[in-house]
Amino acid sequence: MFRSLSLWIGLSLSSILVVPAVAQPAPLPLPPARSATAPTIAQDDRLIRAFGGQEGLRAMTADFMRRVLADQRIAIFFVGFDHAKIEGHLYNQFCQILNGGCVYTGRDMNIHAHMGITEADFYALVEDLQAAMTAHKVPNWAQNKLLAVLAPQARDVIAVPSKPLEPQN
Amino acid sequence: MKRVRAIAAYTLAAFLLAMVQPSPSVAQDLVQDMPQAFSGRLKLTGGVNQIEGAAGGGFTPWALIGGYGTKDQVGGAMFATQVTLDDFTVQSFGGLIGWRNRLEISAAQQSFDTREVGAALGLGRGFKITQNTMGLKIRLVGDAVLDQDRLLPQIAVGAQFKSNDRGGLVRALGAQDSQGTDYYVSATKLFLAHSTLVNLTVRSTQANQYGILGFGGLGKGRSLESEGSIAYLPRQDLAFGFEWRTKPDNLAIAKEEAAMDLFVAYAPTKNWSVTAGYADLGHIVTRSQTGLYVSVNTSF
Ligand code: HEM
Repeated sequence: MFRSLSLWIGLSLSSILVVPAVAQPAPLPLPPARSATAPTIAQDDRLIRAFGGQEGLRAMTADFMRRVLADQRIAIFFVGFDHAKIEGHLYNQFCQILNGGCVYTGRDMNIHAHMGITEADFYALVEDLQAAMTAHKVPNWAQNKLLAVLAPQARDVIAVPSKPLEPQN
Repeated sequence: MKRVRAIAAYTLAAFLLAMVQPSPSVAQDLVQDMPQAFSGRLKLTGGVNQIEGAAGGGFTPWALIGGYGTKDQVGGAMFATQVTLDDFTVQSFGGLIGWRNRLEISAAQQSFDTREVGAALGLGRGFKITQNTMGLKIRLVGDAVLDQDRLLPQIAVGAQFKSNDRGGLVRALGAQDSQGTDYYVSATKLFLAHSTLVNLTVRSTQANQYGILGFGGLGKGRSLESEGSIAYLPRQDLAFGFEWRTKPDNLAIAKEEAAMDLFVAYAPTKNWSVTAGYADLGHIVTRSQTGLYVSVNTSF
């Protein structure tokens, strides 16, 4: 009892220390999402099986992440982010789309809106995904089913440079 | 004095060298910060060049803007095509520039070798008719590749300005003019989930055999023609397809029919593709003409 209380107090005190003295600027508001992040598009398990089941999808996603981080065109966007976390979210997103029995718990795709991603950057990532899927023997028809869901997400991912969003007051 | 000049010169040279030769890390940063300038789109999504030079299939313009430029980039393509028919050989070569995936400007030259028929008609063996075509195309709405959750296709309007170098001959055949302009509307949609591309084009034209036999005829003006393509992409680097193109029939002495083709396009790399096919161009001057279609395209 006493131990847990002192732990409590200790934690609360340290959290005060951690809080920065200067208030952070309010983050830019996200634009409304314009495309579904993880719609399930298969009724049966045919699609997830084409990806080699959960196991195959996990290996493919890891390969995809490796290719993205090695891709000189877009690697810079991922500097300073938790790659394992992104990979986990990607896996769950793909798995939910393919009706593989997972639940996507990440954020909406509009989180990309302020990153300054261009259409060419988006397609570079798609090329890496195609290369990973091909390397993992995912048949073309199954690749295109997944890509058909991801393609409209370009509207959320690609930045609109001409009209920056107004920060909220 | 000489020494001072030398020192000044060395200092200047060192300064200039430092300017043009940044340290490796700076150079790397520059490269990384520079947005990609070319070839941002996916393989084969600029189509190939159709016979008159616009981005499309073999004979039909598509709503796609040629080359691989995204909405922030410039792209381009060059091509050479030969169709070897029963009695004639059609060749076309040229190029296009795509600006911001919005505007396409193309220039191409078509030539029509009459081979033996030229001799039979008294024109001379291997008599050639040549035509220059300038093309303009503007994408109005839609993105054939990205808008997978919408039915709206990519829609573009275009014009092809054609000028035939054998005015005397085509008038003798009954054509009204050696120059003419085609206008068209194209709608193109990639049904990615089904690995299938569909295109429909409506063209307003006076051209006889693409313009090779001039423009217009006795009492005949513009007509609306339909063109279409359907292509299946079993792999990212492969497309099989079918196309048709209806044409006017303006000349009393030279019957004209619709053209059709079956093609296979293969892109071993993103920048090169080869298209081969069987073309049935219908009746041209003498009789129905079929033959081999071969085209090489380079896109960036
Ligand atoms: C359809 C294409 C894309 C999909 C499906 C996708 C998916 C995801 C997912 C699921 C996350 C994790 C979300 C979360 O943490 O809650 C994420 C984060 C991220 N993505 Fe993407 N992404 C796409 C395109 C891109 C592109 C083109 C880039 C840059 C070139 C990019 C850069 C990032 C970065 C830097 C993060 C980390 C953001 C953070 O943790 O705050 N993404 N993406």
